[in-house]
Amino acid sequence: MQKIEAIVQPSKVEAVKTALIDAGITGMTIVEARGHGRQKGHTEFYRGREYSVDLLPKAKVEIVVQDELVDTAIRAIIAGARTGKIGDGKIFVSKIEQVIRIRNDERGEGAL
Amino acid sequence: MRRNGSRILVPLFLGVAGCGIGFAQTSTPALTVSNADNAWMLVSSALVLMMTGPGLALFYGGLVRKKNVLSVMMQSFAMMALVTLLWAIVSYSLAFDSGTSFIGGLHHAFMRDVALTPDADYGSTIPVQTFMVYQLMFAIITPALITGAFAERMKFSAMALFLMLWSIVVYSPMAHMVWGKGGLLNAALGGAIPTLDFAGGTVVHITSGVSALVCAIYLGKRLGYPHEPAPPHSVVLSFIGACLLWVGWFGFNAGSALSSGSLATSAFVNTHFATAGAAMSWAVVEWIRNKKPSALGAISGAVAGLVAITPAAGFVQPMSAIVIGLIAGVCCYFMVAKVKHMLGYDDALDAFGVHGVGGTLGAILTGIFASSTINPIFKDSAGKVLPSGLIEGNGNQLLNQLGGVGIAWGISIVGTLVLLFMVDKTIGLRVTPSEEIEGLDITQHGEEGYDRVA
Repeated sequence: MQKIEAIVQPSKVEAVKTALIDAGITGMTIVEARGHGRQKGHTEFYRGREYSVDLLPKAKVEIVVQDELVDTAIRAIIAGARTGKIGDGKIFVSKIEQVIRIRNDERGEGAL
Repeated sequence: MRRNGSRILVPLFLGVAGCGIGFAQTSTPALTVSNADNAWMLVSSALVLMMTGPGLALFYGGLVRKKNVLSVMMQSFAMMALVTLLWAIVSYSLAFDSGTSFIGGLHHAFMRDVALTPDADYGSTIPVQTFMVYQLMFAIITPALITGAFAERMKFSAMALFLMLWSIVVYSPMAHMVWGKGGLLNAALGGAIPTLDFAGGTVVHITSGVSALVCAIYLGKRLGYPHEPAPPHSVVLSFIGACLLWVGWFGFNAGSALSSGSLATSAFVNTHFATAGAAMSWAVVEWIRNKKPSALGAISGAVAGLVAITPAAGFVQPMSAIVIGLIAGVCCYFMVAKVKHMLGYDDALDAFGVHGVGGTLGAILTGIFASSTINPIFKDSAGKVLPSGLIEGNGNQLLNQLGGVGIAWGISIVGTLVLLFMVDKTIGLRVTPSEEIEGLDITQHGEEGYDRVA
């Protein structure tokens, strides 16, 4: 099992969600986040005072899938989130040791 | 001012009383309540209260950081309670009892002889109690406006004590001078320096704005200012607040006619026109300088326009009101966005930049644009209407306006300095640095504006 964390533009959350569901992946967690990578922030003005905002609004999509679904999931996320411009985000993949379903204590892939 | 319409009615009533048939006549004529006027004045009173809560509370609340939102709202709300009690006990009397040229007497303390019948000088067609409660709403919002200057760093206890004393020491005398019987600046009742102030440009906005400046300088900057960013936590709240202020201001300005006749209409139209002009001019200047017209800029401009038209509302022609608004939006923008940073004081929510500057500007422009067609305030002994403002040829009025402005600045600076010093030396003004960092909501009130987990 692997965890896929994708940091994407907030405006692309719907497209990513749809692409994942179309690829047969159900179950996900979406977190509102702020951050930046290589993308620069922007400038805001409040009553003439300039504020540079370097942490931009992002969304983090988290899913945990069986090993054989990882590539499908990544392709779906990219299809939903890519604009080709800087700021599209990143995907992190990591190993998951264990999954437990709280309702009935079921463990392993069956609990996904 | 405020009671111009009534001055025409008084002789009329005198005439009616004079024709009375053989009852034992007293020297004072019986004034009757107009239900139409009273209805409008009660609605206006409610509208002006709405300007403080929720209007100003939301406007200011949105401009501070999340950790201080309740403290700022509570400061405005506290005035709704504290000033009301003071007003009932003593400060109404100090403002509106006939006394000296500078301050009223104590006859109306504890609401003695504040009747349900009219007083010829305080709205001859509405109960004096209506006049009293209408004026109370002005007394509430004025100190509440000051809280914008010391937001995010003053102790609640110090704020409450300081503003209660301020209400007695600065507000009541100023209200007496401009609107009270025998007041030095009262243009409608023959004051020595007749200052045109229809709805409180000097009494409300100069006093609160200038006192705000003194507070900002005396208390010092917020921790981290200006290096650490402290942007508004919710322009949405401020937006709602500003729109409530705009609507409430119709009660503030048009209500100041103290009747529901054509003078109220004139003040209503002028208020609206000036606000539109100022909202646009502030936003346009921002658009040129920052490449974008901001929502905060547009609403700040609207408030600046409302402030500037306040003294002029019942004296000028509608097109003059637009000019006043356009000028106010540009001037207040530069005050807030440029001059404040050059001078380096931390007027957190720009109470001085908007109310002090807008109020001063409005008072001066009133002396220029006042029209005797709209409001024949000055008459010679034969009853002939005299010119009002500079454009009509009464250049002297500009000097009178400057006199009123000077007195308002003077009493505000001296009164505020003395009171801040007293409160500072007794209970202290500022929260501790660690309390300031944690936020005033938790440290002063033991609660938070927003749940972290819903």
